[in-house]
Amino acid sequence: MALGTTIGIHKRKQQQRRQIIEGAIVIAIALIFVVILPALIPAFRLRSLGRFLALAIVALGIDLIWGYTGLLSLGHGIFFALGGYAIAMHLNLQLPEGQLPEFFTLYGVDRLPWFWEPFNSFPFTILALVIIPGIVAGLLGYLVFRNRIKGVYFSILTQAALIVFYNFFNGQQELINGTNGLKTDTERIFGVLASSPQAQRTFYILTILSLVAVYYLCRWLTSGRFGRILIAIRDDETRVRFTGYNPTGFKVLVFAISGAIAGIAGALYTVQTGIITPSAMEVAFSIEMVIWVAVGGRGTLIGAILGTLIVRLAQTFLSERYPESWLFFQGALFLIVVTVLPNGIVGLFRDLIGEKGRSLLGFRRKSFTYPSLEEDPEVQEEEEELSPR
Amino acid sequence: MSALIEGLFNGISIGSVLLIAALGLAIVFGLMGVINLAHGELMMLGAYTTFLVQSAFRPLGEPWFDLYIFLALPAAFLVAGLMGLILERGVIRFLYGRPLETLLATWGVSLILRQFVRSVNWILAIGIVVFCLLFFGGMAILSRRSNWEKIKNWAIAILLPVSLAIAVLVSSLIQEGGQLALTRPWFSARNVDVTSPSWLRGGVQVLGFQMPYARLFIIALTIICLIGVYWFLNRSTWGLRIRAVMQNRSMSACLGIPTAKVDALTFALGSGLAGIAGCAVSFLGSVGPNTGQSYIVDTFMVVVVGGVGNLAGTIVAGMGIGILNYLIGSGTLALIFMPLGEAFQPVVDFFLFFATSSMAKVMVFALIIAFLQIKPGGLFPQKGRTAEL
Amino acid sequence: MKQGKILEIENVTVSFDGFKALNQLSFSMDAGELRVIIGPNGAGKTTFMDVITGKVQPTEGKVIFDGRNLRRLPEHKIARLGIGRKFQTPRVYLNLTVRENLDLVCSRNKDVFPTLFGRPSAAEMRTVSGLLETIGLEAKANLPAALLSHGEKQRLEIGMLVAQSPDLLLVDEPAAGLTDEETDNLAALLLSLAKSHSIIAIEHDMEFVRQIANNKVTVLHQGSVLCEGSMDEVQNDPRVIEVYLGQPQEEIQQQELEKVSHESSH
Repeated sequence: MALGTTIGIHKRKQQQRRQIIEGAIVIAIALIFVVILPALIPAFRLRSLGRFLALAIVALGIDLIWGYTGLLSLGHGIFFALGGYAIAMHLNLQLPEGQLPEFFTLYGVDRLPWFWEPFNSFPFTILALVIIPGIVAGLLGYLVFRNRIKGVYFSILTQAALIVFYNFFNGQQELINGTNGLKTDTERIFGVLASSPQAQRTFYILTILSLVAVYYLCRWLTSGRFGRILIAIRDDETRVRFTGYNPTGFKVLVFAISGAIAGIAGALYTVQTGIITPSAMEVAFSIEMVIWVAVGGRGTLIGAILGTLIVRLAQTFLSERYPESWLFFQGALFLIVVTVLPNGIVGLFRDLIGEKGRSLLGFRRKSFTYPSLEEDPEVQEEEEELSPR
Repeated sequence: MSALIEGLFNGISIGSVLLIAALGLAIVFGLMGVINLAHGELMMLGAYTTFLVQSAFRPLGEPWFDLYIFLALPAAFLVAGLMGLILERGVIRFLYGRPLETLLATWGVSLILRQFVRSVNWILAIGIVVFCLLFFGGMAILSRRSNWEKIKNWAIAILLPVSLAIAVLVSSLIQEGGQLALTRPWFSARNVDVTSPSWLRGGVQVLGFQMPYARLFIIALTIICLIGVYWFLNRSTWGLRIRAVMQNRSMSACLGIPTAKVDALTFALGSGLAGIAGCAVSFLGSVGPNTGQSYIVDTFMVVVVGGVGNLAGTIVAGMGIGILNYLIGSGTLALIFMPLGEAFQPVVDFFLFFATSSMAKVMVFALIIAFLQIKPGGLFPQKGRTAEL
Repeated sequence: MKQGKILEIENVTVSFDGFKALNQLSFSMDAGELRVIIGPNGAGKTTFMDVITGKVQPTEGKVIFDGRNLRRLPEHKIARLGIGRKFQTPRVYLNLTVRENLDLVCSRNKDVFPTLFGRPSAAEMRTVSGLLETIGLEAKANLPAALLSHGEKQRLEIGMLVAQSPDLLLVDEPAAGLTDEETDNLAALLLSLAKSHSIIAIEHDMEFVRQIANNKVTVLHQGSVLCEGSMDEVQNDPRVIEVYLGQPQEEIQQQELEKVSHESSH
């Protein structure tokens, strides 16, 4: 017993050290992105990098539900677009008293629809772009999960929901400008033109801060007991039920959180793109989000971010050079990732150079060759004594 | 009254399109638990095959041209079925037991097929032929070696890039030659129109409205397909095997049923049915690379509502969704409530709000979700201990 | 431990599309009992467990656990009331470590938010280390469960069951696929658990049944109770022999059976 507790203390110390190292790495990378990159690359490239980082936030949300909980959502475009529309509505309302956003006059609308009113307030908008997608996701999740609909059924229901929202937004010209969507580039936020370099710079930094915050949120969610329940639900939901947990609640909550995360991402993406249209809810875009996570490596948060950046950069590169070939590549990417690389880049990395890398970085090599010996408490104790602290 | 009958007729005709499209999907899903996101693209291939057959018959002149349909139907069935067979053997069989991954892989195939139709020309075709000859030829030769199992992975790793490179090289060399006939895409991204034979144009007058022959033809075709599928599943040897595997895969395997062949056959059959569906929809409007996408989500909903492994469920669901879609979308329901007076005004307004084809989808989706609250397993769910793991 | 009847099942029928998996089944057991249930294939043994744990709702009749009617309660609520179930194949969470597996089950408050914000209490951590010792997996506490052997997984699962601290344990064919030595260990483990829990064990392996059956044995046949009694009574009951071995060569087989039981008593 005493042996057990000393090992426990060592473990905790090690864990703390690891957390500090990780924090330092995260801050360093964030600083590189905030300080150094803007000096190196042209403004329009930086703007698209900012967009990619915003997309990496959605990818984190998708990883949370797919990688950890095993729910494949093909409808995250809904939540993404809801966030985008929330911020765009606020920007479109930055007008002198009594005026309406321009497009309303085209359809002969002379009074602001009721649901636009609260978006006059900035704090409300910020809350709304998190909470509205969260609630919609939670509601959809509740209606589906409480009937124990799961797996492929869940996926195609989310896809159907996506089509439904797409149709709805496309059809409602008088309410939200239908297919044309809402422009943000020509609007002002706090008196500054949203497309000005100054505002864009702020959006870029905000995106990085949000990415870091969401990353830590996901870390927190997946590390403790809650995270282990998610994994348990992914691996054997029935068993979870028989141990006294109700998986429905956990799934609804995590799906709602994932939706809220997508909402944040959508808002950040919108202000850096300059427009939000219903095309953000196209089927292809939502499935693409999944492939970012798959390429990076599902079940690892860093994989979700890496995957998004890599796929998006590749897309930019390829579609600039060979516009026709991108879809072929994307299709092939889906096939390759699913068949050959099920654990994504991070998984490959781990398999190929993981062991060597660990020893290079000074961590103890892991080995499962003789688990009984390796995990013998006395052997562990000895190793702890010997390894430099 | 006649409005209602007209509505019902149109609803049934939409329903039968849905049904014929969903039939193949439902069989494949029932047997293997696989949702094929490329199903719509298989329909599209069927539609393009119809277009090709039609173009081939055009020079033959009037009496022959009217008969092209009878070649187009089997041709569409074969082309789509063959594509399905390739898909199953090449990708899906590696993914059994991982339905979510299959979903992503088939989406990849769907992207490739869509882009293929857009950009296919003689050069691409030659490139593909060269690649297949080199790669599969090389594999065939190497597989005769006694140490094939050992070198298999290496062989693929070397053969794949080499044959790809040679194929690209050959294609680009031909492109250098600059023959216009070779570089021009066969179909391009534009939609093509299939001219229906003269006996399918026009319609018959019944009760004061027009029943187009094309629609009647599709209803008849759906009925024939249903009878054919029913006969095949319930009366033929392979049908018996398919049903056996559907009920208990491992037991069937133990009894000597070649489950791999059953899977391949079923998948090919399901894909072939998609081809026939494609042929049918080509008479309803123009055909383009995205033709399949417009049907796909509705057909998924048919499968979800119908339940697994039951033809009757699929039929009822297909018809129900088709009729509801039409009645709501065309405003027929609003028309019915209109003469009932002032008291029903809110009801009329409510149905008028949904009286466009895209808003009808919103309503139908809401109804489907409500339906799933009562019957989560679909219309005719499987019962018993095996129904859920 | 609780006194009186812990489980009463009254006239339960479960029918799937007209097929009656359980047919007017009545059953009751006292608190503290270790009851073994045997029966030929298709007798309804697993459906019987499904009905108790809420996985299947009875078409007719009721299940009363510790004075409470379990009708329409979902699985997780029944589990929280104190019924634990071990499945036929070991179902542990392969991607979690042995310790994490136990910790999940051990948690007192299993609602969403307490799980999210709460931290494992000292008492819970003590329970987990105690259990690790009991099931003899201390050395492998931090290994993913996927790396355990079949027998170790069985033990881990039984540990998880105990961590749930149920009043009634349902164990479905625990000895399937175990070596003789592992079977003996398991029998000892079950018997020691029986000191503090009520247990229902479903089993095929007669040797194993003999090892653990010191109270009553219930025989299920075609969805209802065929007979009940001590192991010897059940073994000599002509109806049981008929069900297991068929009628025509009744006598020959009875002799065989007696010979077998004779040999095993040595």
